[in-house]
Amino acid sequence: MSRTARTFSVAAGIAFGVALIVYYIVSYLVVTPPVIAGTGAQPTTHLTLQTVASLGFKPHPDWVSYLVRNQNGKWVHSTILRVPANSTVDLTIYQFDTATGLRNPFWGEPQGTVGGTMNIDGKSLTVLDPDLASHTFAIPDLGVSVPLKGVADDAKNQCSIAPCNLGEAHTTVKFSFKTGKPGKYRWQCFVPCAAGFLLGFGGPMQSIGYMDGYLEVVK
Amino acid sequence: MSATAITVRRPVWRRLIGFNMLTGLVLGIGGWFLGAWIGGQMAIGHDYLVGTDQNDVGIYMGYLFGLIGWLVGLGFANYPIGRLLGRPPTLRHHETGGWTRYFRLCTDHKVIGLQYLFGIGIFFFIGGLNAMLMRTELLRPVEQVWPAGQYLTLVGLHGTMMIMMTSAFILGPFGNYFVPIMIGAQRMAFPRIEALTFWLTPAAGLILMSAIAFGGIPFGWTGYAPLSDQARSGADAYVMAFLLIALSMTLIGINLMATILTMRAPGMSWTRLPIFVWGVLATSVLMALASPVLVAVMSMVLMDRSANTSFFLASAGGSPYLYENLFWFFGHPEVYILALPGFGIVLEILPVFARKPLWGYRLAVAGMFGVTILSFMVWQHHLFVSGMNAGLRPFYMLTTELISIPTGFIFLNAMGTLWRARIRFTVPMLFALAFFFNFLIGGLSGVFLSDVPSDVTTHGSYFVMAHFHYTIMGGLVFAFFGAIYYWLPKMMGVVFNERLAKIHFWLMFVFFNLTFFPLFAAGFLDMPRRVSTYAPHLQWLNDFVSASAYMLGFSMLVFLANLVWSLVFARIPAAENPWASRGLEWQLPTPIPVENFARIPVITSGPYEYGVTGAPPVADFMPAALPAAGS
Amino acid sequence: MTEIVPERVHPHGWRIVGIWLLLTAISVPLIVLVLGPHLPPGNVSGEAGGQRDANVLLTALLVPIALLVCVFFVYSVAVFRNSGEAIVDGPPLKGHAGAQLLWIVLTSVIVLALAVWGSYTLIVSTHGAGGGQGPDPIALPKGHQHALPIQVIGQQWEWTFRYPTYGGLETRDIAIPANTLVAFHVTSIDVTHSFWAYELGVKADAVPGVDNIAFVTARQTGFFQVRCAELCGLWHGHMAKKGRILSVSAFQAWIAAAQKRNAAIGKYLPKYNHVYFPAPLRRAG
Repeated sequence: MSRTARTFSVAAGIAFGVALIVYYIVSYLVVTPPVIAGTGAQPTTHLTLQTVASLGFKPHPDWVSYLVRNQNGKWVHSTILRVPANSTVDLTIYQFDTATGLRNPFWGEPQGTVGGTMNIDGKSLTVLDPDLASHTFAIPDLGVSVPLKGVADDAKNQCSIAPCNLGEAHTTVKFSFKTGKPGKYRWQCFVPCAAGFLLGFGGPMQSIGYMDGYLEVVK
Repeated sequence: MSATAITVRRPVWRRLIGFNMLTGLVLGIGGWFLGAWIGGQMAIGHDYLVGTDQNDVGIYMGYLFGLIGWLVGLGFANYPIGRLLGRPPTLRHHETGGWTRYFRLCTDHKVIGLQYLFGIGIFFFIGGLNAMLMRTELLRPVEQVWPAGQYLTLVGLHGTMMIMMTSAFILGPFGNYFVPIMIGAQRMAFPRIEALTFWLTPAAGLILMSAIAFGGIPFGWTGYAPLSDQARSGADAYVMAFLLIALSMTLIGINLMATILTMRAPGMSWTRLPIFVWGVLATSVLMALASPVLVAVMSMVLMDRSANTSFFLASAGGSPYLYENLFWFFGHPEVYILALPGFGIVLEILPVFARKPLWGYRLAVAGMFGVTILSFMVWQHHLFVSGMNAGLRPFYMLTTELISIPTGFIFLNAMGTLWRARIRFTVPMLFALAFFFNFLIGGLSGVFLSDVPSDVTTHGSYFVMAHFHYTIMGGLVFAFFGAIYYWLPKMMGVVFNERLAKIHFWLMFVFFNLTFFPLFAAGFLDMPRRVSTYAPHLQWLNDFVSASAYMLGFSMLVFLANLVWSLVFARIPAAENPWASRGLEWQLPTPIPVENFARIPVITSGPYEYGVTGAPPVADFMPAALPAAGS
Repeated sequence: MTEIVPERVHPHGWRIVGIWLLLTAISVPLIVLVLGPHLPPGNVSGEAGGQRDANVLLTALLVPIALLVCVFFVYSVAVFRNSGEAIVDGPPLKGHAGAQLLWIVLTSVIVLALAVWGSYTLIVSTHGAGGGQGPDPIALPKGHQHALPIQVIGQQWEWTFRYPTYGGLETRDIAIPANTLVAFHVTSIDVTHSFWAYELGVKADAVPGVDNIAFVTARQTGFFQVRCAELCGLWHGHMAKKGRILSVSAFQAWIAAAQKRNAAIGKYLPKYNHVYFPAPLRRAG
C-alpha cells in the first residue's frame, strides 16, 4: 500500500471505531419507554395500570413489571406517565401478581391519596395487612404510597403472559391523588419483588419501564 | 528458518492470519459463547440463577473462556507448549517485524510501552466521553437527557474505566519503555509477563464496556456490596474487569520491582538512580502488595453473585463492612499508585528544564517511600461516618494527616530545584509546573477530608469528587501529558507542533480548574456524589461546570489533533537529545535499537549533574571490560 | 555553561516572604471574618457549628500554606527564567540540610497539631461532630442517657423514621425538637445508605445490621435538608426530603397528630428494634 492509502485507511479505521463506540454507548443511553398520557378532561385524569408477575416476552420474559393502558385502550409496556398539573388523578391498578409481603410494613397504609383511603376490590380500606401486599405504587415526592393486594397463591387461572386480561385472577385497586406543581417525579414499588435477585431489589426493581417510572406533571 | 529469511511480502489477508490481535478477538468471542453455554449447563436446576433472565455463572464462564481464547489467539500458549515439546527458549523472534508487531504478542519492552500508550489512551478517551455525557445530564436538575439508571451506568463506567486505566497510566507506557533504558538494562526481568500485563488491559477494558450490554452497573467505581451483589449482570463485567486489571497490576509491580532491583547496570548505584525510577519502584511495591486484595474482594463478590455465598449480606451472617474494609485496603494505596508515578515524572522533568540538579534527592526518595508505607495505614478515613470502630477515628485522622509530611517533601524538592534556576518554558515544563499547582489544591483539600468534624460535612459530597479529580486528573493526567511531550521525541522520533501543544496546555489547565474548583463549592452546598438530580438552586453552578467540562474535553481533541498531525502528516524528525538532558535514555540513538545498548554501559555519573563543574558524562557506553564484581 | 552567578545580589528569599506575609495578612482576616460565617454547614446545631469552626480554621490555616507555595512558584517562574536561546546551567545546588530540616519540623508540627486538635474537637468539644459512631459511641455528650432516640431507616429509596419513646411510631417525615439532645439510630434494611442532615451537621452511614448512632442538639427551630450520601441504586439522588426542627410543644403536637394518623398501621409494625433483618433474602423465581 502507498503511504497515502495507508494513512487514509488508518484514519477511516479510527473514525469507524469512534463511531462504533459512540453508537454503542449512546444507543444504550437513549432507550426509554414511551410516554403515556392520562385520559379525561380537567380537573380529573384517569390512568389504568396493571402489574404482572412475569412479562413473558423479550428482552426479560421473567421480570415483574407494570403496564399501562394508552388512550386507545391498548396495554403498553411503559411506566412513564403524563398528567396535568393541579389536577386529580384517578388511578386504577389491576394486580395480577401474588403477594410477596412488604419489607417495611409501614407502607401497608395508603398515604397521600384523596381521603387517605384506597379501594380494593370494591372495599374502601385505610390499611392493608403488609403480608398481603404484592407491590406498592409510590410517588415519594408527592407523598403518595398505596399498597397493592396480591392474588391468592392458590388462585385458579393465574396470568402468565403480559398483557393479562381481566378474565384472569386479579385484584383491583382504585385511588386518586392530587398533582401539584409541574415537574418530573419518580415513582416506584417498595416491595422486594424482583424474583431471584438478592434482597429482591435488583433487575426490574432498578429498571425504568418495569417497577420504576416517571410521573411527568405538565402544565 | 528465522523470520528474516522471508523476503517475499505476503498479501495483507495472509498477514492477518497468525497469532495476533485479530485472532485473539475471534477466539475470545468464540470462547465467550463456549463458556456461556457451559455455564448455562452448570446453572440448570439452580433456581436463583435461571429465574432472573440472567445466568451469572454463564456470564462468568463466558468471560473466563473468552479471556483464554484472547490470550491463546495472541500466542501466549505457544511458549509453554513449545517448551513442553523441547524447543529452546528464545525471545528475539517476538521482537522483529514491522508495524505489525504492535498488534501482536511482542516481548520488546519498547513495543509494549507504545502498545500501552495507545491502548490505555483509547480507553482513557472512552472514559472521558462518558464524563462528557454525564455533564450533559447535569445541565438540568432533574433527569431530562438520560434516564436515572443509564446515568448511574455512565458514572460507574467513567469511574471504573478511569481508575483501571490510569492505574498503569505512567507505569505502563513510560515505566515499561524507559525503566530498562534508564537503569542501563537490555530488557525487563520478565518480558513475557510484561506482554501479559499489557494484553490483559484491553481485555479488561472490553469486558468493562460489555457491562452496557448486560444492563449497566448502578454502583459507581467503588461497587459497595450488597448493592453490587443485587445488581444486574453488568456487575459481572465490573467484577471480571477489575479482577483482570488487579492481576495485571500485581504482575507489572512484581516485574518492575525485579527489574529495578536486579538489572541495574554497573555503576548505577541507588543514589544515581533517576528519580522517575524511584517513583516507579515505590509504585511497584504498592501495586504488588495492594492489588491482590482487590483480587480477593472481587472474587468474593463473584462468589456472592454466582455461588450463593453471603460474604456481604448482613441478614445471612456476612457484613457490608467486610467489603468496605477490603476494598479500601486496596483502594487507598491505589490512589497513591495514581500519585507516586506523577511525582516521579515531574521531578524527572524539573531539573532538565531548570538546568539544576534535583534539589534534595534523598528527601524525594524518602518522601516517596514514606507515602508508600503510610498509605497502607489510612484506609479507614473513607469510613469515618460508617459507624465502625469509632474509637479508631483519631488514629486514622493522625495517619492520614501524617501522609502530608512526605508529600510535602516533593513540594520542597520542586521549590529547591526552581530556586535560582534557569527555567525554560517548554511544554513538558508547563505541565510539570501545573502539576504542582493542581496537586497543591488537591492535597490541601484532602486535609479537610482527613479532619473528622470537617469530613462529616464533606464526606460523600462533590467536595470529595473535586478533591480526587484535582489529585488524579490535575496530578497524574497532567504528569502523563508532560511525560508524553517530554519523551515522545525519543519514543516516536518526531517532534510535536509546539503551538498546538501550548494551546492544549492552556486550554486544559484553565478549564480543568474552572471545571473542578466550583465543585468544591457544590460539595459544600450539599450536593452528594453520583446523583442525576440535585437542588434546583445549584443549576447555574452545574451549568457553568458542564460548559467548562466541554472545553476541557475540547482541549483533549486539540491534543489528538496535534498527535495525528505530528505523527502522520508533519513527521518532523526529532533531534536525538532535543532538551539537552543528561538522562541515560537521551544519550541513545533514535529510534532506540531493539537491544537498547550494544554492550551494557557503565554508569559514571548521576543524571542531574547540571552545572556541576567537571561532572563526567553520564555513562561509558563502550566499556572495555566489565568492572570487577562488587564495585 | 560556566557563567559565574554573583551571590546574594537579589534578596529573593526576603521578597518571597514579604509578598507572602502581605497576602496572608490580607487573606486570613477575610477568610475568618467574611467567608467564615458563610461556610457550611452553618450554626443550626452545636455539631454543625463545630464542623463550621473546623472548616474555618482549616481554610484559614491552609490558604497561607497554599499561598506560600504559590508565591514561591510564581516568583521563581517570573524571576528565574532563562532569557535567550542558549541553554545555561543554573547553580548546582543539591540541597540544604537546614532548609530541609526546617521544612520537616514545620510540616510535622502543623500536622501533629492538626491531629491533636482534630481529635480533641471530635471526642471532647463536639461529641462526635454529628458523625455516625456505630453501636457503641465513645464521644458521649452530657446527658446522653436521656437523649431522645430517633431511628432512621434507610431503604431503597426512601427514609422512614421511628420514635421508640412514642410507642414505636413510624413516620415518613422527620421532625425533631429544638434545644433537645437527639440520638439518631441509623440503620438500613437493604443496602448501604448514608443519612445526611445537612444543616444539622449529621452524617451517618445506614448499614444493614448496624445501629449507627449520631448525636445532635439543634439550637433553633427551622428546617434541615435530608439527603442520601452513599450511592444506593437507581433513585439514590431522589432520597431527599425536608426535615423540621420544632419547638418542644410543637413537637409534642406533631407527634400526637402522627400517632393519630398512624393508628391503623401501628399494629402491623414490628416491635422496635435496633436492627431489622427482614425476609426474604431472595424471592423465589
